[in-house]
Amino acid sequence: MSRSAGAARRVLVAIPYLWLGLFFLLPFAIVLRMALSDAATALPPYAPHFEGPGQLGAFLAALDLENLQLLFADALYWQSYLTSLRIAALTTLSALMIGYPLAYAMAAAPRRWQGLLVLLVILPFWTSFLIRVYAWAGILRPDGLLDAALMGLGLTSEPLRLLNTEAAVLIGMVYSYLPFMVLPLYATLQKLDPSLLEAAADLGATPAAAFRTVTLPLSLPGILAGAALVFIPAIGEFVIPDLLGGPETGMIGKVLWTEFFSNRDWPLASAVAIVLLLVLVLPLALLQRWQMARAGRAGDGP
Amino acid sequence: MRRLGPGLLLALIAGFAFLYLPIVALIAYSFNASRLVTVWGGFSTRWYHALLDNQPLLDAAWLSIRLALVSATLATCLGTLAALALARYGRFRGRTLFSAMVVAPLVMPEVITGLSLLLLFVAADVERGFWTVTIAHATLGLGFACIVVQARLVGFERSLEEAAQDLGATPLVTFATVTLPLIWPSVAAAWMLAFTLSLDDLVIASFTSGPGATTLPMRLYSAVRLGVSPEINAACTIMIAAVAVAVIASSLLLKRQRLAAG
Repeated sequence: MSRSAGAARRVLVAIPYLWLGLFFLLPFAIVLRMALSDAATALPPYAPHFEGPGQLGAFLAALDLENLQLLFADALYWQSYLTSLRIAALTTLSALMIGYPLAYAMAAAPRRWQGLLVLLVILPFWTSFLIRVYAWAGILRPDGLLDAALMGLGLTSEPLRLLNTEAAVLIGMVYSYLPFMVLPLYATLQKLDPSLLEAAADLGATPAAAFRTVTLPLSLPGILAGAALVFIPAIGEFVIPDLLGGPETGMIGKVLWTEFFSNRDWPLASAVAIVLLLVLVLPLALLQRWQMARAGRAGDGP
Repeated sequence: MRRLGPGLLLALIAGFAFLYLPIVALIAYSFNASRLVTVWGGFSTRWYHALLDNQPLLDAAWLSIRLALVSATLATCLGTLAALALARYGRFRGRTLFSAMVVAPLVMPEVITGLSLLLLFVAADVERGFWTVTIAHATLGLGFACIVVQARLVGFERSLEEAAQDLGATPLVTFATVTLPLIWPSVAAAWMLAFTLSLDDLVIASFTSGPGATTLPMRLYSAVRLGVSPEINAACTIMIAAVAVAVIASSLLLKRQRLAAG
């Protein structure tokens, strides 16, 4: 490749690289520093402030692990991490249970429908997320649509009082993240070669056995991708537990928000964020490997 | 072998019913004359009239639209560059870090992205407002735009690009005359995705915005927290209708393009 092409390449890579370094990587370093600072009634509300290279020693000396220790000492915090992990895991599992049959049916539908079906899965995603969660609040309220329907049908005699419970959070989460599960599943199922299933049937496999030994293993990449796309953002979710959850559904994203906006404890909020990031490192690394493998397969080149 | 039997048809119908139930409920409520959710007070457009008098909400909507236009354009340019780097330039130094930084914002909890960017802006002593939110949204949209464009770049024949280069076209000319026209639909799709992400974002905007720059989701959020307001239903219905029209129009456009291309 010519020299000018090499230079063009470097510039092309450098622009998004610098942008991400400045607005994605650097901010994390600042969060880490903030997590080691102390809260102060100043503006901005933390200490110490960085006064220049001369005071570097004093600046570093004032940093400590107090906030991180507090996260492990105070049950409010570590329990929120556990609650978040539990709800995210349940969300992922439920989304898989609902999403797999849906994706499978989409892949089995006549070809000419499939484009429309994919569009229908994506369409809710294009409408405001906040609004869809708020709509669920209207459905799950004690005098809302669900209770009216159930009582009208005579299935229940009194309101279920689902709003502000963990069940409501779970419904909202599964609803919001379902497309992220369905789309990668559909992508892998749709590419599946039907002749493999025919071969299995010819060899005497029942449909259930063929599904278990052929379809399921071959759709595993889609399952893993969907699970990562649901699980990781679900852990730090704020809007859904805030609007649908109650006081006992303290998810960590909400704790971070409260520390920051209500208590104005920036260092503690940063410490919450750092620990949350550590929780996410493993699933993020898995997602990254999957993404790399996909890009690599698609063709590295000169 | 693979047929849409009654079981699968049921899964399809149930799945889509679940996805569309809240949206249908919301649209229905927006035409309800009664303020109560459970009582149907007859068809009425009173909440749409009330909406027109809600100046703060309209201001917020206008701000959000301008913000989404600028940040989506930025995100699409940066994301397309990133996609080219990842799909075309093979191994370069720092590629692993680069692809990690592209993918991570897609799944990073918004509270972390928002907090970290706010702390950056505070550390840099930048006045917060329109431009800080724009930068934050462009960073968020970059990853999504990159994935969309990358998928398209990976799928098309490189021989066309190689032919152009063999005929002496510079990389820039090749990109402008061969690559860009071929990936154009995905660039448009990436822009639309970045646009809606920006229009929709509450958490990152709440962190990175300043006084005087209240976006539509921030305004909606404070209204929603106060309780059910039919006016909000009306606002949501208009947004849903706008999105539906845009999506249908763009898919028709793509179809015509494809037909024209043969």
